Amino acid sequence: MNELVGLVALDTQGMIAVFVSAILFAVGVLGVLLRRNAIVVFMCIELMLTAGNIALVAFSRLHGVEGQILVFFVMAVAAAEAAVGLAIIIAIFRHYEVVDLDRFGILKW
Amino acid sequence: MRFFDFASHGHYWLALLPEVILSLSAVAILMRDAFVEKVSRGSVDLVDDRASVEYLITMYGIAAALIASLWLSDMSAPTDSLIALDGFRVAANFILLGGALLVVTLANDYLARERLPTAEFHALLLFALVGMLVLVAARDLILLFVGLELMSIAVYVLTGLVRNDSRSSEASLKYFIVGAFASAFLLYGIALLYGATGTTRLATAAVAITNEAVGGNFLLTAGVGMLIIGFGFKIAAVPFHMWTPDVYEGAPTPVTALMATGVKAAAFIALLRVLTIDLGGVTDLWRTAIWWLAMLTMIVPNLIALTQSDVKRMLAYSSIAHAGYLLVGVATSSSLGRAGSLFYLAAYTVMTVGSLAIVFHVAGPGDRKSRIQDYRGLGWQRPGLAVVLLIFLLSLAGFPPTMGFVGKLFLLRAAIDAGEIILAVTLVLTSLVAYYYYLRIVWKMYFESAPEDAEIPEAPGVAFRWTVGLSAFAIIFAGLFPGRLIDRAQDAVSDSMVPSDEISTSHMNEFHGSDLPRDPKVVSAETGSQRESLRELRWR
Repeated sequence: MNELVGLVALDTQGMIAVFVSAILFAVGVLGVLLRRNAIVVFMCIELMLTAGNIALVAFSRLHGVEGQILVFFVMAVAAAEAAVGLAIIIAIFRHYEVVDLDRFGILKW
Repeated sequence: MRFFDFASHGHYWLALLPEVILSLSAVAILMRDAFVEKVSRGSVDLVDDRASVEYLITMYGIAAALIASLWLSDMSAPTDSLIALDGFRVAANFILLGGALLVVTLANDYLARERLPTAEFHALLLFALVGMLVLVAARDLILLFVGLELMSIAVYVLTGLVRNDSRSSEASLKYFIVGAFASAFLLYGIALLYGATGTTRLATAAVAITNEAVGGNFLLTAGVGMLIIGFGFKIAAVPFHMWTPDVYEGAPTPVTALMATGVKAAAFIALLRVLTIDLGGVTDLWRTAIWWLAMLTMIVPNLIALTQSDVKRMLAYSSIAHAGYLLVGVATSSSLGRAGSLFYLAAYTVMTVGSLAIVFHVAGPGDRKSRIQDYRGLGWQRPGLAVVLLIFLLSLAGFPPTMGFVGKLFLLRAAIDAGEIILAVTLVLTSLVAYYYYLRIVWKMYFESAPEDAEIPEAPGVAFRWTVGLSAFAIIFAGLFPGRLIDRAQDAVSDSMVPSDEISTSHMNEFHGSDLPRDPKVVSAETGSQRESLRELRWR
């Protein structure tokens, strides 16, 4: 397992946390690509940010405090993003009475 | 020359002076909007050349930030500082602030016409600008992320500013979903890079990568890959471009101009700094990915643009294609390529803002007339507007003697010097394809007549006329006499902070006193010969 990631020094708990974060991130990406409700897609994006946070905290076990500092910034940014994102979704709902992304052809090539 | 050792807080304030000025201006606008009685908003007596207080604050703020950037060009800092203090940042600031200045001046008419809230527009634009400046100054991944988000969140809101227009809200939702998706990728990439190198500081990380045997490690490769994906969405590189045409079409056109120039330029300069300067020692990590991005981004949008019938949409595809040309400069990973990218970004900013300004002027109230059909006979109805649009389009296409042509030649030169012959050939061929769709508008303007019932677009205001005219003049002038600008771009690039081998764990203790040499410059015998070869570029 360690050779795969190239991290010899990270302990088992840290490794588990990194893998959990990778799985969460993958779930988030799949959710954004497959789900069509704007709110659910937005939740999946939050899931991806959380995955990033978990990875940062896990690596902080090894490298010190920098990663944990970034986690606080990410939480603040995620809160700001939630405020703006929900406002945008409400604005869309006022126009179309629906928040289905298929209606807008988002993420289509 | 003054040396910042960041031993006291004051040094951080000074090193971020342009950002501080812009933030204060934005806060001033918001405070005024909250506490001062609003008389003119939404009332009928809005005139075109009205200089609202918000507009003045924004202009003064940007001008002050420009001066502060100029002042910063004399400063220096330790090589491992979080905030870059180098010619590269100053040049980037000039491109971003100059572009914003153009957007603000030209947007004034539009804001009055569409009855948009001026305070919100200007404040958000300033906040976005702060984010851009932080992004180009960042030498730490934390700072990079914060700057990127500050810029993005402000632009999400700006995109949806026309709340009673469903197209604007739709564009805003699209941009938000895709932008947040990209940020999440970027964040995860940062987390992986942090895991692989043990630091978020780019200078330290670069040294860790080259010194230790972490090269070829899975975490590192995945981290850099995700970083590239995140930036790829922001600069709208193929295959991460699908949101661009819809968003550029739906957003209010001044905001489109800001997105196509400021946001893209800032993300691009950050990409240049992260990849070619800080990770320049390990080009194997990212070069193949960027090479393919550049190829696809040059070919695909140029072909799609041929079939577009909406001018705004066509310019959106053209802006994607320009990202491809710029990526060639990144792919070369040489100082000549960096200088070429900077020069091209400057040209691209002026000509894109200029052409979009004409587009929103011609589009008229409600932003409706933006099909290519609507440009029939413009050359005879509004000769001034048409000539200026002609200059911008020729420059975008890369005709001599315009700045766009010199920029393309510069990038071509860099690609050939770096041995990237396939990229160079693709650049030339796709530019030839692009001639068709740019010249199609010119054809409609001059060689087809307007239908009988067509209404003539109204004459633009004085400020608009002067700004657009001067931009067009600058495009031609810089195309005829590019020497000084090329020198500037090269100086800026050779004065960029590079990661040094001697990393001080605590720079606060080790760097005291200003008698230390300035950062090791990238100038080498190699760049000297490139500079010689570039002399041929000039015909002065």
